[in-house]
Amino acid sequence: MNLFDVAQRAMSAQLVRMNAAASNLANAGSVTGSEGEAYRPMRPVFAEELDQSTGLATVRVAGVYRSEATPEKRYDPGNPLADAEGNVFEAPVDENAEMVEMLESARQYQNMVEALQTAKQLMLETMRMK
Amino acid sequence: MSESIFGIHAAALELRSQRMGLIASNIANAGTPGYKARDIDFAAALKAHMGGANTDGAASTATRYRVPVMPSLDGNTVEMATEQTAFAENAVGYSATLSFIRGRIDTLSRAMKGD
Repeated sequence: MNLFDVAQRAMSAQLVRMNAAASNLANAGSVTGSEGEAYRPMRPVFAEELDQSTGLATVRVAGVYRSEATPEKRYDPGNPLADAEGNVFEAPVDENAEMVEMLESARQYQNMVEALQTAKQLMLETMRMK
Repeated sequence: MSESIFGIHAAALELRSQRMGLIASNIANAGTPGYKARDIDFAAALKAHMGGANTDGAASTATRYRVPVMPSLDGNTVEMATEQTAFAENAVGYSATLSFIRGRIDTLSRAMKGD
């Protein structure tokens, strides 16, 4: 494994995280007729992947987990999706948390790009030495 | 061969390159729960190398866990400010070593060309 693999996998992992946050935001406010069907926010969890031979550590997405939060029950008998009691269940998405998640992900992605750029520059300089 | 031409700079460049990889690993794992940031104590690594260890051995004996300024709840000890400054410092050191080597090469090629 080299530095480029490390950066590439880290950026892919951040992309998964950003996509999950985007999916959660997209589903904010979506309603269903039963508690079980309601959308549960997704959250990827990262794990370290150490390459023993080089000592470099990259990232892998260990899994994408669904939040355990209970959907919000709302009385809305006029809604065509409402159940027998006139309740609908709203996806328990915390928009603020998702925005923070997205910002943090973007920042970490940016940092990785910057580090990669510097490393690439130095490698090119080393190669161009006559 | 390279040892006699470049002196300490050959080992220094290799250590700088390894340290760059390690700090990039830290930056990559900024969002990994429980990840412990590591760094190479460059001075210690260079001393170990001068004591006879090869660069890989010197780098691994001088690898230390980073002590976080403020530990985070998920056990991750990567602090972006620390990693960025360490990366920048290391990049400058790498550049400096590279110019030393380049100077050595220029000297030698000028001696060989004779102009």
